[in-house]
Amino acid sequence: MPTEAAELVFEEATKVYPGRDDAAVDHLSLTVPAGEICVLVGPSGGGKTTALKLVNRLIPLTSGDIRIDGTSILRHDLTELRRSIGYVIQHVGLFPHMTVEGNVGTVPRLLGWERRRVRERVVELLELVGLDPEQDRRRFPAELSGGQRQRVGLARALAANPALMLMDEPFGAIDPIVRARLQDEFLRLQHEIRKTVVFVTHDVDEAIKVGDRIAILREGGRLAQYDTPQRILEHPVDEFVADFVGRDRALKALALRTLGELELSPAPGDGLPRLPAETSLRDALALLIAERRDALVVVGGDGSALGVVRREDLLA
Amino acid sequence: MTGWRVAGGGGPVIPNYGKPSACIKHNGWFCTDWLTKHWGDTLQPALVQHIQLTLIAVGIGFAISFALALVGFRWRLFDGPFGGFTDLLYAIPSLALFQLLVPLTGLTVTTVEIALVSYTLFILYRTMIAGLRSVPAEVLESARGMGLTRLQTFFRVELPLAAPAILAGVRIATVATISIATVAAFLIQDGLGAPIFDAIETPDLFKTELLAAGGLAILLALTADVLLAFAQRRLTPWTRLR
Repeated sequence: MPTEAAELVFEEATKVYPGRDDAAVDHLSLTVPAGEICVLVGPSGGGKTTALKLVNRLIPLTSGDIRIDGTSILRHDLTELRRSIGYVIQHVGLFPHMTVEGNVGTVPRLLGWERRRVRERVVELLELVGLDPEQDRRRFPAELSGGQRQRVGLARALAANPALMLMDEPFGAIDPIVRARLQDEFLRLQHEIRKTVVFVTHDVDEAIKVGDRIAILREGGRLAQYDTPQRILEHPVDEFVADFVGRDRALKALALRTLGELELSPAPGDGLPRLPAETSLRDALALLIAERRDALVVVGGDGSALGVVRREDLLA
Repeated sequence: MTGWRVAGGGGPVIPNYGKPSACIKHNGWFCTDWLTKHWGDTLQPALVQHIQLTLIAVGIGFAISFALALVGFRWRLFDGPFGGFTDLLYAIPSLALFQLLVPLTGLTVTTVEIALVSYTLFILYRTMIAGLRSVPAEVLESARGMGLTRLQTFFRVELPLAAPAILAGVRIATVATISIATVAAFLIQDGLGAPIFDAIETPDLFKTELLAAGGLAILLALTADVLLAFAQRRLTPWTRLR
């Protein structure tokens, strides 16, 4: 699949709803580099969904601009703009009267693709999102589980190979276990297709897990901080961000790094607990606390000891 | 046979259908000899006319309701007045409506159809609007987000999703029209109402004819109901899954 992605720029993007004094999105400026996932997160009233919908003009901008690969969204034809952007929402919004195939093929059909090309694309996409093309193609949405529906929603959004994806709390209505799996699959998928993604969630942990960058919006739609998950956890710019990411932000930051990233001491580790290099620092620390130990041995994929890590090294 | 019915008329107690059988003489409930003899000249034509009356009424009613529903759905402003108008028509007793129309359109099929169509509007308009409005918000949002135009959204999403409600409305309107259309015989000699009136007007009430014509009307209504229910299932397969 081609790996085209677009750079997305918000430039002083502002939305004031008619009859309201306060802005819903207030002079939002940020750049999402091509192929990265930008997560918009914040308390309700932070304007994250509004900001997302400004991009495909489901909500019209009041002032400022948004550019996709340098071209203002206002200069695109509205219908073409929307067909060129993948859109996934929390309640999926599959068409109940169409089969999975009909749903996924919607935008390609609107674009006038040949029937055979649409069919091939549907099969390809269903495989991509982990559904069985043979079995699931003819099913109606009512015959699918919540997780399957969201996969179909994702396939449908990807159908015309958009350079930009907008995802509005895509996993918000799904139970935690399936949600975690869908997040993992989504990240694996993104690793392959490298779209530019704007992803809205109210869940900080999801933001940290999914985002290459996180934009934290505070009430009134003002940008509080826009940074990598690591930097937001380690250096929150103010009290609001620190509060929002939570008191356990130090632990969350540990979860982002693995033992393999640390400098290891070559000391002998006889009798110490052994953990693989891809274990997160958070899990490693949890083990040390549980076992009341001060150090552990990091082992490579072949089971050989790579070196020893002390508790102080984890916390440094 | 005359148009306006005049009570009495001084005819024989039982219509003179040639040499009456014992069953007819005793005014039995189910005189097979009468049925076989008059199927061809009375019952079958009445049945065909009844079907015609119904099809025309539901067909025209559907077209008018659909046009009204398009406007009432697109511009909510019109929904109230349209709904009120169809309510009002439905509230007029059929016999009163006939009386109002006869000076204008006479003792004709047109008069009967105007009345029958008026009654279908109430059911059809309401079910169409309800069906079109029943499309879930998230479905409309995803349609908009995917770049369906307003017209595409209507024809590809809203209309198909309203189909179960619309077809249910057609089903109710058809069955109701089959029932109401018997009253047409008050004005014209068309439909299954005619033999029913005939039977009622014989001083002793001719039971076989009443039972046969009334039974046919019921049978027709049930058949239409079953056929339309079947069509509904075939046309909207997704509704069976929930």
